[in-house]
Amino acid sequence: MNFLTPTGMTRRHFMSHLAGSGAAATAALTFGHSLRAHADELKKNRKSAILLWMSGGPSTMDIWDLKPGAPTGGPFQPISTAGSMQICEHMPLTAKVMDRLSIIRSMSTREADHDRGRYYMHTGYTPNPNIEHPSYGAVLAHELVDQRPELNIPPFISVGGGSEGPGFLGMAWAPFVVNSNGQVRNLDMGMDEKRLMQRMVALRMIETGFIEQNRGSAAKDHAEILNKTLNLMTSPQMEAFKVNKEPQEVQDRYGTDGFGRGCLMARRLVESGVPFVEVDYGGWDNHANIFNTLSQGPQAKLPIIDKAMSALVEDLTQRGLLQDTAIIWMGEFSRTPRINGNTGRDHWARSWSVVAGGAGMKGGLAIGATNSDGTSVETEPYTSQDVMASVCKALGISLETTFTSKSGRPMKIANGGKVIKELFA
Amino acid sequence: MKRMQSNVRRVPCGRTLVAAGLFLTLSGVGLAQNESRPSASANSSTADSKEVKAETTRKPSFSAAPSYGIAQIQKINEEVRRVWVDNQIAPSPPASDVEWCRRVYLDVIGRIPSVDELRAFVASRDSDRKAKLVNKLLTDEAYTDEYARNWTTIWTNILIGRNGGLDNNTMINREGMQKYLRDSFARNKPYDRMVYELVTATGGTAPGAEDFNGATNFLVMKLDENAAQATAMTAKIFLGLQVQCTQCHNHPFNDWKQQKFWEFNAFFRQTRSQRLGMRREMGNAKLMNQDFPGEGTPANPAEAIIYYEERNGELRSSFPVFVDGTEISRSGYLSECDRRTELGKLIVSSPYMDKVMANRMWQHFLGYGFTKPVDDLGPHNNPSHPALLDYLGEQFRYVSHDLKELIKWITLSEAYSLSSRIVKTKNDKDDPLLGEQPKFSHFYLRQMRAEELYESLLVATEAHKTRGTFEEVERQKADWLRQFTIAFGTDEGDEATTFNGTIPQALMLFNGDLIKKATDVSNGSFLHRVAASNIKPEAKIDYLFNAALSRDPTKDEFKIANALLVARKGDGAAALQDIFWAVLNSNEFIIQH
Repeated sequence: MNFLTPTGMTRRHFMSHLAGSGAAATAALTFGHSLRAHADELKKNRKSAILLWMSGGPSTMDIWDLKPGAPTGGPFQPISTAGSMQICEHMPLTAKVMDRLSIIRSMSTREADHDRGRYYMHTGYTPNPNIEHPSYGAVLAHELVDQRPELNIPPFISVGGGSEGPGFLGMAWAPFVVNSNGQVRNLDMGMDEKRLMQRMVALRMIETGFIEQNRGSAAKDHAEILNKTLNLMTSPQMEAFKVNKEPQEVQDRYGTDGFGRGCLMARRLVESGVPFVEVDYGGWDNHANIFNTLSQGPQAKLPIIDKAMSALVEDLTQRGLLQDTAIIWMGEFSRTPRINGNTGRDHWARSWSVVAGGAGMKGGLAIGATNSDGTSVETEPYTSQDVMASVCKALGISLETTFTSKSGRPMKIANGGKVIKELFA
Repeated sequence: MKRMQSNVRRVPCGRTLVAAGLFLTLSGVGLAQNESRPSASANSSTADSKEVKAETTRKPSFSAAPSYGIAQIQKINEEVRRVWVDNQIAPSPPASDVEWCRRVYLDVIGRIPSVDELRAFVASRDSDRKAKLVNKLLTDEAYTDEYARNWTTIWTNILIGRNGGLDNNTMINREGMQKYLRDSFARNKPYDRMVYELVTATGGTAPGAEDFNGATNFLVMKLDENAAQATAMTAKIFLGLQVQCTQCHNHPFNDWKQQKFWEFNAFFRQTRSQRLGMRREMGNAKLMNQDFPGEGTPANPAEAIIYYEERNGELRSSFPVFVDGTEISRSGYLSECDRRTELGKLIVSSPYMDKVMANRMWQHFLGYGFTKPVDDLGPHNNPSHPALLDYLGEQFRYVSHDLKELIKWITLSEAYSLSSRIVKTKNDKDDPLLGEQPKFSHFYLRQMRAEELYESLLVATEAHKTRGTFEEVERQKADWLRQFTIAFGTDEGDEATTFNGTIPQALMLFNGDLIKKATDVSNGSFLHRVAASNIKPEAKIDYLFNAALSRDPTKDEFKIANALLVARKGDGAAALQDIFWAVLNSNEFIIQH
């Protein structure tokens, strides 16, 4: 819907009327943004993060930490890069921007099941039946959104995949999931705003009545989502989703597949002030036929990430945004050094790589090392918590930040992970 | 009261378009009368007062919840209560009749009650009326289709996922799966029989195939990579044993060894699937058994061994052994040993099967199982009510796995009857969202599933009376549901839904086609009929609230409705449309409470 602002009035002013009207003036129903009244007093932090999530668990020893000649090495050859490390020959464009990204080659984790690995790498915590931890996007959005009072679209956006949930922070911090075409369904109400706002008054009354019956937090969470939805429906910032507004040349540079479009959208969203964007790219669960899947044919995975990732780094650099934007490339785990009978690799978490850069994290480095056949880590092992702690540091978020779960249990951000010092040396 | 006044104070600065019609009306019409009664914010809407009455007439004494003369219900009540006492908490009062009625319709047949059904229940003063309603929903032929549809939906999602049978390359025939389930639930097939059939099925996946057996759809796409998925999903769904990690290594939290996975896996090695049709068409395949030669060289079917690799690269071997250690013949010849048939027998004799189903059903009705996840009964995962879980499993077996008995016990239990209102100092600590194990001292809020919302909207708009065939409706529903499904891009077909109380869902309910249809006012639509009927305007509002929320509107809600009527310049249908839109978008509508 093209939501015109009533004459002589800012949208926010208009909203504030609604918030106070219709028997809906409880704290639960005040508009999200009015809670951020003091935002201007806070120190501005314009930093953002983009997580390139490789769902399924990519074989990092075929991409970032090659072992040519080793029995486990596979057929790919290493090439030199603009950084001090070598990477896979099927990543030539990315090789040119590796001066701005670093590879952490001594990741060593324990979760080699998809669900558990996805949870662990997104939260820094292993799954626990009694509590749900908030994921990267929820945590970072939660910490950074107060400093962007002008942001009307969700602070945690996941493109092309579901990411991981907001845990105990509540559904208001859940990822806003869009497909890589940037089409957000059901945005158009086909009705004038006067009538919509009148409907909202009635809705808020029912909503508040139910909340006040003290039946549990789900009732209030629902109301918060309504607020966010209304914000979103009326925001010109929705333009950021429209990747097809970019010049064709730019779209081609990223690649017109889902991942390319997702990375381009991530750049647009970050430019609009969204603190956390995840771009999901699945299909890395290569139990069979791995080398062809990675390198052969139009759907080959490495050329696709090569294009998109390098274009993203270049664009962010050109726009002066890389210094404020962390990029993290990772999956839930990696794949066995041993090549199985189906020319595939199975799940492996003991020794693998994650890539990170931007937002002040040093580029061009290979941090840590695995042994000659890639089966173990030879230097200090790093974990999901350590990556998360490093990203938090890069984004200027204190590692002393503590969340209180609904049960009152204090939980440290990044689960007490330690900063990977080489990234900041 | 105070709040209404503060609204009025805000009106003067209403250059807003909103204020023009609506708030002036509020200040003019509403407030004068408002003085005489407390507002919704003072916590006593009409719905509330009704509830208070219910409490006083049926004193829910802590010690004497009704058990309807059924021993299992009495035992459930005792066990649940014991945990309250141990934790020094007290239960919430019972839910009102209308709340309970809405709850039980939603949980048993997958949709809210119609206005007629609700009124019929409330009109009954019979002390057995709850038991009668449960019996009616379970046994009256008028509800057989909806009962079967609801449980078919639930079990289709468990067995093949929300995406099963919808991909281009699939062998799964979703309709075939549903047909099997629907027949089974409609006939109230004993659960052990269903499990046996699902585990041992052979035949065609597509309805219409000569040897059609819809149960084959469970396993037909789970046989890749030496049936790793068949192994993991069968163990998880029917035994509550999560063995997927042990495919590659010993379990991190318990003493299950990789060996166990491959011993369990060996049961599936005589099984294969085959695509059918000239163009290997979607959803058309066959699941069959054949002799298994084993993986040894030379092949030795009489001693059909399989091999797997340990993490250290060492090669190990295994033969079919059930999780309790029972060994069966090592022969791969079908004529000597049909491994899946043996597995089916072993599963249906396992107490784990009984427990995981009791746990699943408890979770379905109470929102939380005794363990989380509900299909993980492993030794590392302590249940919240171990004795009750064991008891329900035993009793489920005792009644020959009659699902309707289990449903009856749970829906008529005290825990299920309680209000979702939390009572300060009594039970506000009982909140599983706080990471505590559930104590079931009040009903836990949960959002309707997408399918429940879909069906409930049909009922709320009385469109269910003129629906098409089961298959047509399921296809339409599946199309609609696809917008919410996100695949994770793994070989295990992991998936999530955005129908989870987030913005996409809210947008769908604000503006989506389904809601547009539900709030349509053109000739012949539900709202048109209500608007055109010759009942009083107040009764129309009443009707809409009852249709969607199963309760009467409060005084304040009436006033808003009046204001909307003025804002719509007397166009009754348009005002009803606004009200119904608001009602359907509310937390109270979509949250099972």
